Amino acid sequence: MAVNELKSKKSLLTGINLRQYGMMIALIVIFVLFSVATHGTLFFPDNFNNLIMQNSYVVILACGMLLCILTGNVDLSVGSVVAFVGAVSATLMVDYKLPVWLAIVAGFAIGGLVGCWQGFFIAYVRIPAFIVTLADMLIFRGLTMVVLKGQTKGPLSDGFRQIAAGYMPTWFVKTAAGIRYDLISLFLGVAAAVIIIFMELRARRVKRKYNFFVTPAIQSIIKVIVIIAVANIFTYKLSRSSGLPIVLSILIVLIIVYSFITQNTVAGRHVYALGGNAKAAQLSGINTAKVMFFVYFSMGIMCAVAGIVLASRNGAATPKAGDSFELDAIASCYIGGASTTGGVGTVIGAVVGALIMGVLNMGMSLLGWSVDWQKVIKGAVLLGAVSVDLVSKRRSGN
Amino acid sequence: MSNVLLEMRHITKEFSGVKALDDVNLTVKEGEIHALCGENGAGKSTLMNVLSGVYPYGTYLGEILLDGKECKFHDIKASESQGIVIIHQELALSPYLSIAENVFIGNEQTKVSGVIDWNRTRAHSADLLKKVGLEHENVNTRIMDIGVGKQQLVEIAKALSKKVKLLILDEPTAALNDEESDKLLVLLKKLQSEGITSIMISHKLNEISRIANVITVIRDGKMIETIERGEEPVNEDRIIKGMVGRELVNRYPDRERNIGEVVFEVKNWNVYHPLESNRKVINNVNLNVRKGEVVGLAGLMGAGRTELAMSIFGRSYGQKITGSIFKDGKEINVHTITHAVDNGLAYVTEDRKTYGLILIDDVKRNMTLSSLGSFSNKYGVLNKNEEILAAEEYKRKINVKANSIEQVVGSLSGGNQQKVVLAKWILTHPDILILDEPTRGIDVGAKYEIYCVINQLVAEGKSIIIISSEMPEILGMADRVYVVNEGEIAGELSKQEATQESIMKCIMSHQKEVK
Repeated sequence: MAVNELKSKKSLLTGINLRQYGMMIALIVIFVLFSVATHGTLFFPDNFNNLIMQNSYVVILACGMLLCILTGNVDLSVGSVVAFVGAVSATLMVDYKLPVWLAIVAGFAIGGLVGCWQGFFIAYVRIPAFIVTLADMLIFRGLTMVVLKGQTKGPLSDGFRQIAAGYMPTWFVKTAAGIRYDLISLFLGVAAAVIIIFMELRARRVKRKYNFFVTPAIQSIIKVIVIIAVANIFTYKLSRSSGLPIVLSILIVLIIVYSFITQNTVAGRHVYALGGNAKAAQLSGINTAKVMFFVYFSMGIMCAVAGIVLASRNGAATPKAGDSFELDAIASCYIGGASTTGGVGTVIGAVVGALIMGVLNMGMSLLGWSVDWQKVIKGAVLLGAVSVDLVSKRRSGN
Repeated sequence: MSNVLLEMRHITKEFSGVKALDDVNLTVKEGEIHALCGENGAGKSTLMNVLSGVYPYGTYLGEILLDGKECKFHDIKASESQGIVIIHQELALSPYLSIAENVFIGNEQTKVSGVIDWNRTRAHSADLLKKVGLEHENVNTRIMDIGVGKQQLVEIAKALSKKVKLLILDEPTAALNDEESDKLLVLLKKLQSEGITSIMISHKLNEISRIANVITVIRDGKMIETIERGEEPVNEDRIIKGMVGRELVNRYPDRERNIGEVVFEVKNWNVYHPLESNRKVINNVNLNVRKGEVVGLAGLMGAGRTELAMSIFGRSYGQKITGSIFKDGKEINVHTITHAVDNGLAYVTEDRKTYGLILIDDVKRNMTLSSLGSFSNKYGVLNKNEEILAAEEYKRKINVKANSIEQVVGSLSGGNQQKVVLAKWILTHPDILILDEPTRGIDVGAKYEIYCVINQLVAEGKSIIIISSEMPEILGMADRVYVVNEGEIAGELSKQEATQESIMKCIMSHQKEVK
């Protein structure tokens, strides 16, 4: 009897990753709580726009950071590298009058070089990543000061500022009630819905073809409806603000690319294997040094993206730019369910973690709480999320 | 001698609805060596964890009587205060601390409360070391600098420091070689004569029948029988029958021998120690393997067999390696593990938990880890569905007992973990498999299954090199035996020539030669 009950329960929940859904539910709950507390202010279209704009760099960095954390390490230098990339790009544009595209290329080159530099010391000289990145945190913050001579470099050209402050093409129409909508945003929301439905159907068809267990249709339907609803609330709100930010498209591309790499490629599997048991991975024929090198190379590239976006948003490069970004990125990954010992975590989890922090920031700002208390709350949330995660894991383990 | 020291009555322990122990009764008399036998997962360790308070009172049913008084242990400290000390299979020593510090860890000798009295710590630990036959060790030596055999003895010294009445040993000889095991068994006998009662869990039936007074067999959480030793040692087959519930006619399944040409050759192989660049670990080794042949590498622990195997497998051990490797008569480049795998070599490691598996990952992903290339397109994109099919196939083929291919391997029993490692390497379609201690710490039933897998591989025309510290295993499985000693090939014996005596003789005469 008891066994039968257990089985039927299990079949309803099979294939659901409760941990990850738990964080998504937490995100929605936090969002709703703050919406109520701010009497709906958080739900204003412009705040959706701000949420994306203000947290874009954390999301970008969290994607790269997740790979570092999967290997069981962290990267403490990202804040400094972000500042350094911004400083060099800005100097090239302002002092040397380089065209925007060339400055961006230079930014990427610097990010890539920094990644190689770190990867070399971590993977081949085998210095613990914590130490290498701690050293680089100092080195690149110092170099930023040197390049900028301690001063803000700006203003940057409008063309460059479009990256972070610009929007995709819009087609605004006004309804009789006087509300403005961007049709292109709405259209892209619907297009995304169609793609999501198509992909889910395809996945189910392939599973059936292979004769695998297919999760109950109701599960798929609920999942798809929730995703589509969230996506379309976003596009709807954005359509009433200023349309889709260019940054949003960068984020979506990065999230898709990183999710795909981690979940569907040999390279991604190697990262998980390295983090789960480096010795076993090596003896299984995986070139662990190479994997480690590329993880830090990718982190360098993400620093470049974040550095360019940040400089573009600020319209200038500042010596203090990117301060403590590394902590936000690391916290996002941990809140999103990544393990400190490596081998466990997902890109989507890290993005959800970043959004939780973003919503908390914005909600508390709207409520007028001081920055000091915001820090306290964010720290407590990190501690709480990881505690809940670990305790629940220990329960299920026994 | 006949006083009952310990009685465990009607012990039942459940883990989320599954009965790990079902109404088990165990009676241990004072001064005896009591052996607990059973397959992996039979419940031996669970029973000992109940006894020592790892599972506190209230999480199990039944009662524990020590000297006739009921005990309700809430933690290990409580059972230790009553003189019950358990030594786990994984030793609880701190590698960077000295022997003396380890002996008194958690039980520090103090002058004033909280301040360590180093003189007393060192003097007392020296006394205790003498009792366990380690009088020649310096008490200030770090634990990591002495061998596993001596570490095991330090654990016993630590137990003695706690005024032990009942000593529980979980697989004490699993990591020891024959000589070290022998020493340990002699010590247990000596402690017995001094009035210390022991309970010993072991898979090694020859040891059990040698020293145990009483043997209790457990199967599927139930007590099957208790065998008292008379004048004669207990028949091993009888214990096996109790353990597996059926008679294993032959511990090593037969196979049709169909041995072909030489397919794999190692010539003039020399390897130096990875850290000490002038210490030669492997000296001028030559060996060959034929198609469809099982070649055994026999030798004492520390003879250099694992080092030899790992240095061949993509140079994953050692430095300044010289020599050449031939496959099908052609010299091959196996400078990295990737090259080795591409050339059809596979190496199943000795220590599956540290080197073989990603314990936090599932069965499927562990199985396919070395062969991801065959589950992906040229851009490195995985076909996860093909992966599932392959994992399901091998789970069925070699009988991995797991709920599903998505079960985390860390939660499988040792035998099933080993099968996952085997599947991982079989999936790379190797021609030559090196199996390093493939059945260590595995119960009799699972061992048999692994031997069957080996036979099947050989029948498919693959060649196998098997390293084992259990001589009967080498003798039972191998078609030809190389005896390894001090990093050299001490001799080569055909199946007919190879016996325990001839192998030992070979080692002994080689040792004389070296010296």
